[in-house]
Amino acid sequence: MAKLLKLERRIEGLKEEYFNRHRIAEENRGKENSAAVQIQSWFRGCRVRAYLRHLNRKATIIQKIWRGYTARMLYRQMIKTAYFIMKMNFYNEMAVKIQKRWRGYYIRKYVHNYYARKKYFKGLTEMNETVRKELAEFAEIKRMERERMALEKEEKKKCYEAQRMHYLLSTHQCPGVFNSPYRPFPDEMELKLQMELKPQSMRPLSLKTSFHRKETSKGLVNMNVPGSPLTLTMAQPLPPIPKKKPQGPFRDPAEVLQQRFKPLEPTLRVATSITSVEEARKELRQEEWRNRLNDEPFRPFANAHKNKKYEEMINTLSRFEQITFDTKHQENQEKLKEKKPFKTVFTTVHVFDKFGRMYSNAGKIV
Amino acid sequence: MKEETVICVFEQYQKARTQFVQTIAELATRPQNIETLQNAGVMSLLRPLLLDVVPTIQQTAALALGRLANYNDDLAEAVVKGDILPQLVYSLAEQNRFKQLLLGAQLRAVWAQHLPSSCQTGQMGLRISPGLVCLASYPFGLSDHSMVNLSYVSYHAFKLSQAVVDAGAVPLLVLCVQEPEVALKRIAASALSDISKHSPELAQTVVDAGAIAHLAQMILNPDAKLKRQVFSALSQISKHSVDLAEMVVEAEIFPAVLTCLKDPDEYVKKNVATLMREIAKHTPELSQLIVNAGGVAAAIDYIGDCLGSVRLPGIMMLGYVAAHSENLAMAVIVSKGVPQLAICLTEEPEDHIKAATAWAFGQIGRHTPEHARAVAVANVLPKLLSLYMETDSSEDLQVKAKKALKSILQKCTHLPALEPLLHDASPNILKHVVGQFSKVLPHDSKARRLFVTSGGLKKIQEIKAEPGSALQEYINSINNCYPEEIVRYYSPGYSETLLERVENYQPVM
Repeated sequence: MAKLLKLERRIEGLKEEYFNRHRIAEENRGKENSAAVQIQSWFRGCRVRAYLRHLNRKATIIQKIWRGYTARMLYRQMIKTAYFIMKMNFYNEMAVKIQKRWRGYYIRKYVHNYYARKKYFKGLTEMNETVRKELAEFAEIKRMERERMALEKEEKKKCYEAQRMHYLLSTHQCPGVFNSPYRPFPDEMELKLQMELKPQSMRPLSLKTSFHRKETSKGLVNMNVPGSPLTLTMAQPLPPIPKKKPQGPFRDPAEVLQQRFKPLEPTLRVATSITSVEEARKELRQEEWRNRLNDEPFRPFANAHKNKKYEEMINTLSRFEQITFDTKHQENQEKLKEKKPFKTVFTTVHVFDKFGRMYSNAGKIV
Repeated sequence: MKEETVICVFEQYQKARTQFVQTIAELATRPQNIETLQNAGVMSLLRPLLLDVVPTIQQTAALALGRLANYNDDLAEAVVKGDILPQLVYSLAEQNRFKQLLLGAQLRAVWAQHLPSSCQTGQMGLRISPGLVCLASYPFGLSDHSMVNLSYVSYHAFKLSQAVVDAGAVPLLVLCVQEPEVALKRIAASALSDISKHSPELAQTVVDAGAIAHLAQMILNPDAKLKRQVFSALSQISKHSVDLAEMVVEAEIFPAVLTCLKDPDEYVKKNVATLMREIAKHTPELSQLIVNAGGVAAAIDYIGDCLGSVRLPGIMMLGYVAAHSENLAMAVIVSKGVPQLAICLTEEPEDHIKAATAWAFGQIGRHTPEHARAVAVANVLPKLLSLYMETDSSEDLQVKAKKALKSILQKCTHLPALEPLLHDASPNILKHVVGQFSKVLPHDSKARRLFVTSGGLKKIQEIKAEPGSALQEYINSINNCYPEEIVRYYSPGYSETLLERVENYQPVM
């Protein structure tokens, strides 16, 4: 009870203390409240800031990684392109090297071949030399020809003059104008006059000789009249053929001409040589000899063992060897040799050869 | 009785006319009478007589007119203007051969004399040519005259030769070329040449008629006048186009033609050279063909053989050949063409030949330094320079010489030949000379040394060039090749500066 009493006595103080405490609490409440708010705000601020910091840090990490990644990609790309460019440069360089060699080779070989060019110009100078020489020769020949022509013309003119002045020829009694007695030799004109006054029959001879001389001196002039038949006719002169048919039992001049200048028509018998058969045989034999087959049979190299010739045994008598082709009749050949060969040439029938071609009627009867 | 008197009158009149015409024809043979006859109005009197009923009178009148027209230009003009030609031409077709012959001769005289310019003549030609072509088909003598007429007709103008071709004359002419008579051949060849010179089409017609083969056969003909015409015809054909030139070449004229360069006749030579020129100018291949046939050597010999205008085609041919490629130009040089051309340049008095030679030199020397050297060694450059500088040389020559100099100088690296040009060249040439020095000297130490000792450097320092010009640049690059002292030593006024230094020098005691 005492305790109760103690408590009852203390109640008043307690009440007072209670009120005091209430009052103090009431007095401090605003302050405390604001302090609490401040604390809370600080705390919250801290928390948000930490969060933001956290976010920032994460963002930075993300950015860092991304940037690193993209930069690495870019770098790789750059490396790739750089490498590619380097490679291309290298290839180009190599290509240039190849092209350079090839072009040099090609140009030197085909387009601007120094040696070919040099050779060409050398050849050209030689060609030029020959052309110059030939042209000079040609011009010289032409000049000579012209001179010769001029000389001939002069000669002709002089001859003509000589013909016109035949009366100036010196006679036996009195020397002419050109044959002065005070000179050792007569003038050239005198000789010409003499030539001109020679009888007609002499002239062609002189002409002929001059003709021959010219031919030998010139050497270039080929006369289309061959010389040999001309001399033949000169050796055995036939009587001239008159233009008109002479009176009397003569043939028409055309016919005579035809007879005189008809070509040689030998008969077949005359035309063929007497030894023609022998010649032909000889020819044939030679032909055979030239074209004959090889006696040795051909043996290919590949199967050499198969081509072994059969070797006879020493002790046997039989011969198993094959007889080579065309040797069977060897013995007969010798017998045939004694026989006379068969003549195969016929004599021709002369009647038809000469029929209608004979000059005389009597000749037509064979 | 009355009838007889009437007839008598006519007879008298006819006799009088005959006598008149015959006298006139006789008088017309003497040149001293002609003026009197002209003054007496003989033309107008003869004109009606050309259409006289009596053939003898017609004929004699024609003869008299022909003689008159043959005398001089004025009378021929009068014949043309007096409308006499149509009458003649109309009577051509009907008359007998003898008269045609006469008329042909007369026409020939007229054509030979009169001037081609009047348009009346042109129309006349158009009208005449068919008639002439008819005549050409007659045997020799007649066709001779008509050929000459055709030749004259086609000589004058393109239109006229077109008319001749349209009238079908070309095959006839080609036939005439094959005739044995030399005179006829000659005239036919000349007519072909006159026809083909006007245009490629006309030349093509001539070629189509197969003229080239026949012409080519006559190259070695001994007759010089025929050869002249043949070569002129061939050159006229080949001048137009590459194809025609190739056709001519394909007739295998080549080694044979060269022999004609040695012909005694000047005109044959000239025409041959013209032919070669016309062929060579088309393509490098054709030039190469000529070169390979030894044509260049022959042409050079030919240039050496003759003088004056005969040389001209040869010179031009060399120029054309050299212009095509450097190999061909080298071929000309190798064939010793340069000394021969140099002789031409000094020998020839006439400007146009000199101009052609200068041009040829330009063509030869413009390819490579080697070519330019070959030209420079022949001592051509000073001559070209003097031709360019001379006041009395023609403008064409000056232009050609300048071009040639320029093209040779731009390639020339042969400094000894360039040295003399330094001293007497005009500024526009000097530029190229100095340019060549500036290109060569940096790479050649011997040449640098020689350049100083020969006084070239001194000359260079004396040149007054505008700053910034090409010449100044060249001079600078030359100066850069030498040490500064030498350049200063050779620059003008150096002695004064030295003396000044002597004056200013303080002697050391």
